Amino acid sequence: MTLSVALQHNQGAFCLDVAFDAGPGVTALFGRSGAGKTTIVNAVAGLLRPDTAHITLDGVTFNDTATFLPAHKRRVGYVFQDARLFPHLTVAQNLDYALRFGARPRGRDRIIEMLGIGDLLARRPATLSGGEKQRVALGRALLADPRLLLMDEPLAALDGPRKAEILPYLDRLKTESAVPILYVSHAVEEVARLADHMVLLTDGKVVRHGPLMDVMADPAAVPLLGVREAGAVLRATVEAHGDDGLSTLRVAAGPLQLMGVEAPVGAEIRLRVLAQDVLLSLEHPTGLSAQNILPVTILAIKSGDGPGAAIALDAAGDTLLARVTSRAVASMDLAPGKSVFAVIKATSIAQTAISGGVISGAKPAP
Amino acid sequence: MMLDAAGWEALRLSLLVGVTATAFALPLAIWVAWLLARGEFWGKAALNALVHLPLVLPPVVTGYLLLIAFGRTGPIGIFLEETIGLVLAFRWTGAVLASIVMGFPLMVRAIRLAIEAVDPKLEQAARTLGAPGHAVFRTVTLPLILPGILAGGVMGFAKAIGEFGATITFVANIPGETQTLPSAIYALLQVPGGEDTAISLVIWACILALSAVVLSEWLARRVAARIAGA
Repeated sequence: MTLSVALQHNQGAFCLDVAFDAGPGVTALFGRSGAGKTTIVNAVAGLLRPDTAHITLDGVTFNDTATFLPAHKRRVGYVFQDARLFPHLTVAQNLDYALRFGARPRGRDRIIEMLGIGDLLARRPATLSGGEKQRVALGRALLADPRLLLMDEPLAALDGPRKAEILPYLDRLKTESAVPILYVSHAVEEVARLADHMVLLTDGKVVRHGPLMDVMADPAAVPLLGVREAGAVLRATVEAHGDDGLSTLRVAAGPLQLMGVEAPVGAEIRLRVLAQDVLLSLEHPTGLSAQNILPVTILAIKSGDGPGAAIALDAAGDTLLARVTSRAVASMDLAPGKSVFAVIKATSIAQTAISGGVISGAKPAP
Repeated sequence: MMLDAAGWEALRLSLLVGVTATAFALPLAIWVAWLLARGEFWGKAALNALVHLPLVLPPVVTGYLLLIAFGRTGPIGIFLEETIGLVLAFRWTGAVLASIVMGFPLMVRAIRLAIEAVDPKLEQAARTLGAPGHAVFRTVTLPLILPGILAGGVMGFAKAIGEFGATITFVANIPGETQTLPSAIYALLQVPGGEDTAISLVIWACILALSAVVLSEWLARRVAARIAGA
């Protein structure tokens, strides 16, 4: 399955001009508010007719110079930021809404079970919490048997606990459903957890596009993601759970100690290592409280506009990102090809699941 | 409260005219309200003005214009009589037409406000779920504007029962054919000794109007509660 998008659209002074392809899995459209993300998904859904566009999904033309396939014929599921449940219908009637228009009721029970909404079926949307509404909205979109699922900041309207309530369901959706997803977000954490591919948007233009781990590890992407949010995402395997609450995770370059890992031994998870929390040392440091030290080789150095520099590090095949000052780069004589040690302040490690067990609230080792 | 035969006839005729006018006007009013609320087309302002014209014109003028257009020598009147054999001038059917025209702006207004209160985002969501335009209206918009339709219907019905100026100009005041409640009250007040019957008719007019309002309130409340859910 491939979604191919190329479109230009002018909205007053704002000019959107983007082109990208999205394959199977979750593709994140990431950018600040006003970067044009919602305009793109609306054009893909058929809710907006761009000035010029060429949009195809698996050979079906949605939009080109001669064609504009109306929204109701696209079979594209859409989960909005506000759930947009029909207030005059029960949850069950909302879920079955698409069946009135020829959608096949595929896997209804499985979807209801996956989203944990079986107990809500007789209720009205007005009586649901924000998180429940969003789960029902997700179920409603899935029951329309879509060829593609669009999610426009589905968590942005929810507070922290509600977000945490929904995320595991999105993890399950990702692993259990074959439907490709275009996921709009301005939250790096959500994207790092869920996305396989990433399209970085700034002022209506695509500035980075590629596999999530590549984009997240690109030092040039640091200012686009925000210096506090930037950081590489690594694959790690849970190796052991210690009696002291510390767990051992293995990444390509060696073991890391983390606390609060709930995934079972053998599970593969995602680790997000924030760039600002990776220190560099020329020698193997001793007498440090930090336990997580990996030998790395400098791949690239990208100086920012301010006093900082972003450094990409090769850690036995994985790429890590570190953010240090330009002064340190000079005094330590850092340059591509140089071997150094990365000290990972373990408070910096955010974990997200790749598949299998879901981790939430895990805390890294101090 | 007791009415003579002519009084009962006026009451019956008023109800007949009110129900018929409302039944015919409501679907058209829903369509026009939807056009004005959601449509974007050339001449929208003109349509809006035309719909509201009877509200600002003196009813006698509206009635006279109806007579010119729909009378037995008027262009539309001749056409209707020749094609479907429908005669409006000085018939109860003409009273229905006058009521429709006079009540129409009130209906459209109430329904248009209801449509504008429906979040277009819900209609967008319906489209992404596979609903074509007419189905979006039938399954989402229409149920949500039901309270507005009820309110508009009651307004139109009340207007039809009370319509006087345009009706008397267009179809006169013929007992048993076009003499509705207000025409009957007016006629009774023109002759000495008619006040007693007039008072009875006035009480009946009040009862009808109040029942319509109470009924619509009750229905609107029930519908609103059903929509809000509990």
